[in-house]
Amino acid sequence: MNDDSRARILARIAAALGRDSSLAASTAAANYARIARDYRAANGKSGRFILDLFVRRLHEYDAACTHVASHADLPAAIASTLASRSMARLAFVSGIPADWLPQGWDFRAAESLSVHELDRVAGILTGCTVAIAETGSIVLQSDPRQGLRRHTLIPDIHLCVVLESQIVASVPQAFPHLVPDLPTTFISGPSATADIEMTRIRGVHGPRTLHVLLVAD
Amino acid sequence: MKPEPTHWNRQDFPDAARKELAEKPSSEAPFAHSQTRRNVRNATDIIQAKRNAVVAELPEWQDLRTAGAAIRAHTLEHLDHYLLEFEANCTRNGGHVHWAADAAEARKLVLEILAPHAPREILKIKTMTSEEIGLNAFLEEHGIHPLETDLAELIVQMGKDRPSHFVVPALHKSRGQIRDLFARAMQQPHLSDAPEALTAAARDYLRQKFLSTRVAISGANFLLADTGGVCIVESEGNGRMCLTLPDVLISIVGIEKVLPSFQDLDVFLQILPRSATGERMNPYNSIWSGAPNDDGPREFHVILLDNGRSPILAEDESRQTLRCIRCAACLNACPVYHQTGGHAYESVYAGPIGAILTPQLHSMEAAQSLPYASSLCGACYEVCPVAINIPEVLIHLRGKIVEQEQSTIGGRLSFWNIAMKSAAFLMQDGDRLQAAVHLAQTAQRPLISRNGFIEWLPGMLNGWTKTRDLPALPAESFRDWWRRTRSTNPSLHPHTEQRSESCHE
Amino acid sequence: MRISLFMPCYNDALFPETGKAVVRVLERLGHAVEFREAQTCCGQMHWNSGYLRETLPILRHFLRVFADAETIVAPSSSCVAMMRDHYRKAAQLDRDPALEREVEALLPRIFEFSEFLVRRLGIEDVGARFTHKVAYHPSCHSVRSLHLDSIPLRLLHRVRGLDLVPLGNAQECCGFGGTFAIKNADVSSAILSDKVRFVLNSGAEVLTAVDTSCLMHIYGSLHRQRTFVRTAHLAEILACSDDDAEHDSALAPEQHSVSNFGRTAR
Repeated sequence: MNDDSRARILARIAAALGRDSSLAASTAAANYARIARDYRAANGKSGRFILDLFVRRLHEYDAACTHVASHADLPAAIASTLASRSMARLAFVSGIPADWLPQGWDFRAAESLSVHELDRVAGILTGCTVAIAETGSIVLQSDPRQGLRRHTLIPDIHLCVVLESQIVASVPQAFPHLVPDLPTTFISGPSATADIEMTRIRGVHGPRTLHVLLVAD
Repeated sequence: MKPEPTHWNRQDFPDAARKELAEKPSSEAPFAHSQTRRNVRNATDIIQAKRNAVVAELPEWQDLRTAGAAIRAHTLEHLDHYLLEFEANCTRNGGHVHWAADAAEARKLVLEILAPHAPREILKIKTMTSEEIGLNAFLEEHGIHPLETDLAELIVQMGKDRPSHFVVPALHKSRGQIRDLFARAMQQPHLSDAPEALTAAARDYLRQKFLSTRVAISGANFLLADTGGVCIVESEGNGRMCLTLPDVLISIVGIEKVLPSFQDLDVFLQILPRSATGERMNPYNSIWSGAPNDDGPREFHVILLDNGRSPILAEDESRQTLRCIRCAACLNACPVYHQTGGHAYESVYAGPIGAILTPQLHSMEAAQSLPYASSLCGACYEVCPVAINIPEVLIHLRGKIVEQEQSTIGGRLSFWNIAMKSAAFLMQDGDRLQAAVHLAQTAQRPLISRNGFIEWLPGMLNGWTKTRDLPALPAESFRDWWRRTRSTNPSLHPHTEQRSESCHE
Repeated sequence: MRISLFMPCYNDALFPETGKAVVRVLERLGHAVEFREAQTCCGQMHWNSGYLRETLPILRHFLRVFADAETIVAPSSSCVAMMRDHYRKAAQLDRDPALEREVEALLPRIFEFSEFLVRRLGIEDVGARFTHKVAYHPSCHSVRSLHLDSIPLRLLHRVRGLDLVPLGNAQECCGFGGTFAIKNADVSSAILSDKVRFVLNSGAEVLTAVDTSCLMHIYGSLHRQRTFVRTAHLAEILACSDDDAEHDSALAPEQHSVSNFGRTAR
């Protein structure tokens, strides 16, 4: 049945468009290239402005943000974040640099945990691929520095290290940094809903807290 | 044609709308209530205001809109090519691509895919295609419980209600109504009606389901031809749960949802959230291709659903209907939707886009009253992020419906056809029109009230005078005045005479 | 400049004062106005109701009547929108290239009344005086099709003595929509009731617009509800000049109104 349906649908499309199916491929690329992309020229924001905008957006989403002066200060910043949030056990994704982790805490490699175990850790520590100032978004791709998609989904707190050099101004500027084939997640603040009388409620099924450690580099 | 859930087809829009506008529920409009109208108005006002604010802050909005329209139009013109490219790339990445010509085929495919796993319960992310093919009722008939995980869909499912909006399906419900539903379904009699408490209750209710259920069903916002990718945007994280934790995922997607390239998301991830919820970006977007190693379901199926879409490609005027990215901005902007909410459209697809999409999905053989459910005010076109000229399509479809009407004797003898044909005859000659106006000036006399207005009209025209008075035709039309005062020799008529006619009596 | 006036069909029969006011304003500005008595209708009602084929003879008649008119002015944004948005497509229905050429030749010569004053003549002050509280309803076609933006408001701002009051939710449709008001009478009335609430809350004595059709619809409810708010096409306000100062009290609620809507004293 399926092959029949496939042929039938393709034939219906070609008939409706009034041409042979084989013609579509020959013209598609050239016509696609002609689409105007004027929007990509927009947004000349740069430097300090981008950084401030990104931080403002995080606050608007009720995400927390800690400024970290350098890579060397990261372990201390993570330690004080864990202490202030009374987090005993933290999972981390194994591709992050070992020197990010402070001593004296119960760290577990996320890759070794089942979903039920992930549900019992207090939080997860990851890096990111790129961050977008205009929308306050952090983009994670499936690689050892950012883990698998479930790692940043099940734990209730997501600690995310963003390097200042990873922040771009706009959505179009983020795309050249992405590998199209990898599983990708855009995160803009903690999970939220406005389904009840349009009141925005932070924290539904995803992590209820997003805490960004913003590292000057 | 066998009726499908896209259009419940019980009654025409004017009748359904009248019942929805009533203060009290009836058997045909069980959720009609003045509270419902207030809820709809409140929600659409809030989304509209947010949408306008975040759109205004992008100076390149019109460029984005132009690009969005161009990419979607280009895709539709090469739809077969991009579907085949998607199929090849999704398959290469370990996904299974199926083609369903209609709703029955799609339901059968779902059942076949589920059979080896024999689930008693499956998880669902809000999906319009599933509503369109009536999947939930079908699964229940086969002993499988579909559990809606989107908060609004859960509210609708628990209330045995119907969605009234395709981005915020429960916008017609107040917090008090939701509390009562949850308290009963979750056996929590002391639940408060604070949105925070209701949301937390939903989180607890669904958490274990997410961690243990093996099969999920979704729709998709976009398919990406060049990577075989699927993109789903959401807010709550229920989508991510369903897309990553189960062993098996089935995505049912309309054939028109494909985009040429992953790169095109740099337009659509800007225009969709701003138009749909008035956010710069919704909390989560998931993009993946096929069945990636260890990161997501081991088994991934895409069902490409035609179900009446391909014939819509045939005409230039109507093809633009399929550009739609289901943001629902047109619903939020529509004065008709503001009054009636979604149920009056009796279709999964409500509002202005529903008024053009629903009858076309049925080859114009059902829902013929929907293209008339618009004052043609143009607010829908103005906010549409892919520039679908909905008023133009509405008029085009009205033209088809009139042709249908005129192909039958009864239709040719209908009130509207006779009235329009007669009016067209009068409008071809100034003298003819003037004679008709003179006749009407006399004929109207029995209808004029003592106050000089017409307060009651018979038959079809009574729709006007139920709530509105109509001024009587004055004794002298403009044409008569011109002829009397001007037409013999304009230069003979002094300024003073005109003034005495114009500003006071 | 010789200006040819196009009067919308319903306007001609129901609201002759609009046309008289347009003539008065344009003549006061020193222009010659003609009215071609063979004219009938722009075809909007037929087109918008789906009687597409039936629109064509009306369109052809319109083109014949105004074939050699230098400039055409219509006191209706929806008629002008019909021409600009739909005449090309209507002409294509007949597959008649000559008809399409005639349409192309017509479109640059046709103007909505307020648009003509401000964009074509470059005039905002037409020497009007009108000492009343006025609210402006930006009709759908004037905003979303002709994009008149602030043009009517700029004209109103220059009217002496006029107190312009804001109208809430102004850009939402009044619910008229031609045959929509009859085919979907209940929804149309519900939309109208919202519009009327905003009109009454504005405190205006007079509601104005560039489309008499919307005003007829809104006044239908204002009159049914026995309110004292009047409606008047923008041209009728602009037609009232200093010369009429002594007559201006004609608009007081207990008196007859500037507009033919108010033929009855209440």
